Amino acid sequence: MSDRILTVEGLEVSLPVPSGTLNAVQGVSFHVDRGETVCIVGESGCGKSLTALAIMDLLPRRARRVARTLTLLGDPLIGVPETKMADLRGNRMGMIFQEPMTSLNPAYTIGNQLEEALLRHRKVPRAKARERAVHLLERVGITAAGQRLRQYPHQLSGGLRQRVMIAMALMTGPDLIIADEPTTALDVTIQAQILHLLAELQREFHMGLVLITHDLGVVARIATRVVVMYAGQVVETGTAAEVFGAPRHPYTRGLLDCIPIPGKTKRGEHLGTIPGMVPSLVGQMEGCHFAGRCNYVIDECRAAPIPLVSAPGRGHAVRCIRADELSRQPAAAEEGAA
Amino acid sequence: MAIFALKRLGVALLVALTVSLITFSMNYLSGDPAITIAGEGARIEDIENIRRYYGFDRPILVQYWDWLWNALHGDLGRSYSLRVPVADVIFERLPTTMLLGACAITFGLTLAIPLGVLAAVKPNSFFDRLALTLAVVGQAMPTFWFGLTLILVFGVMLRWLPITGQASWWNFVMPAVALGYNVAPAVMRLTRAGMLEVLASDYIRTARAKGLRPMKVLFKHALRNAVIPVVALAAVQFGFMLGGSIVIETIFQINGLGYLAWESIQRKDLPMMQAIVLILSIIYVVITFLADMLNAFLDPRIRVT
Repeated sequence: MSDRILTVEGLEVSLPVPSGTLNAVQGVSFHVDRGETVCIVGESGCGKSLTALAIMDLLPRRARRVARTLTLLGDPLIGVPETKMADLRGNRMGMIFQEPMTSLNPAYTIGNQLEEALLRHRKVPRAKARERAVHLLERVGITAAGQRLRQYPHQLSGGLRQRVMIAMALMTGPDLIIADEPTTALDVTIQAQILHLLAELQREFHMGLVLITHDLGVVARIATRVVVMYAGQVVETGTAAEVFGAPRHPYTRGLLDCIPIPGKTKRGEHLGTIPGMVPSLVGQMEGCHFAGRCNYVIDECRAAPIPLVSAPGRGHAVRCIRADELSRQPAAAEEGAA
Repeated sequence: MAIFALKRLGVALLVALTVSLITFSMNYLSGDPAITIAGEGARIEDIENIRRYYGFDRPILVQYWDWLWNALHGDLGRSYSLRVPVADVIFERLPTTMLLGACAITFGLTLAIPLGVLAAVKPNSFFDRLALTLAVVGQAMPTFWFGLTLILVFGVMLRWLPITGQASWWNFVMPAVALGYNVAPAVMRLTRAGMLEVLASDYIRTARAKGLRPMKVLFKHALRNAVIPVVALAAVQFGFMLGGSIVIETIFQINGLGYLAWESIQRKDLPMMQAIVLILSIIYVVITFLADMLNAFLDPRIRVT
């Protein structure tokens, strides 16, 4: 417990929209310990990014967030004044965003923007901040770091800018890094490099890492624990081995069927798809959110809200009333993927 | 940066040259200048004498070259009506107009930019409505009418401010307000729009994610990017203001270039008008050049092109 970095319990985020209230995040709970990588996976619009922004208190002004518990190293992140929040942000927790092309200010040099991150939170001379910026740029794999400091964002490629963003998040030596789809906007060849770099840095600096991604291949390799989100809810969570080795929720199974496995998936064989669309999150929804797209749906699924239930004595939890029944018939997974 | 500055300077010189050509051809826009000078009922011989005396009989390119060469050496010709060198009169009046222009643009920008920022930070708030109201009124009201209203209220009814002349700083208050208020609406609206756009941008979110204080996010990260189009607009507005100074200086009886222009138009004093148009245009070209330089300083991406 002493190494608990982030605790999220019952996080709710809602946004007013013209047709009502969009309940984007509904009771999300998870935690991150020191040295852990927690991956949040799910389709676009399932509330992953808003969860990340809610932790940082960077939600759009219209959005409302509520949580039973939201703490960073025991300090509350909700219901505290903005000045206190700003002291934590970029200090004990850093964030890396999806769009490296637009996430740096075009008017200032890389050096200025890196140093600023440290100078805001520590009483150090500028020269010291510069030293640390050079050190971190080298660490994230940028050559000629000293010269890069004098360059402007438009002079750097997308991959380099994302490396700069990573270095910027590390300036204060944070305890937690939240990376929101850090590779979506990058070339495929760069994506793997950046993710490996993040995983490496996480070990080296002994931080907690929350990684939001679509890339299940990466999740399988670097995640300590996985949180699968669907339509604003956590539908399955557990260690990477549990979730990937024995997925219990039909949605998780569907996701896993969508990716080819080297040696197992045959040439010409069709990959799985999940039919249908993510339901609208405006207003209240009865029963299981996945019911409309699930092959195993029965009447009970739509009758009442489905709780997230952990298997006895384990962290592996699933939000499906037929999970036990379905996991006894493994052949069903194949059928479900068709 | 040096290459960018040289390119811009080259363009500015070309514009100045074009302006000089147009200004010079003003001579011939209202018919034969010799007849104009000679006045009604002049004999043919007098007109011919005048034509020779002023050199209107020479090829037009030679005349232009001579005029340009002299202008570059500070000789802008002699006034038809005052019989003194035009340059002397202009350089006596120019500081007054520049002072008025500087006061007006300062007033306009210090009104417009903070209100624009405030309106963007708190959209649909009281300040936003106030800014919008001020902008609409400023846009709709002609400068001369606003000037006269100021005179009526603050000069005649309240007797707070002197109405005409340029004896003290107080004399410049009303003309500067009248002239500067005209500049404010467009600048204010553009500042607001620019700030709204910038505040929603990803790099502002990055700045906030670093934990920077709201004031630092606003002034260091947002305003610098939002103000770039405003600089270009302010330069254009300064040009309109120079034109507007003709009306305002006349209303407030300020002995600047604008008032001189009005007098010269009445006296059909062509060399004087030519010189005034030339000088005002050159000032405008210089201001535009400076605005370009300021923008290049603010936005490194501009320096590349």
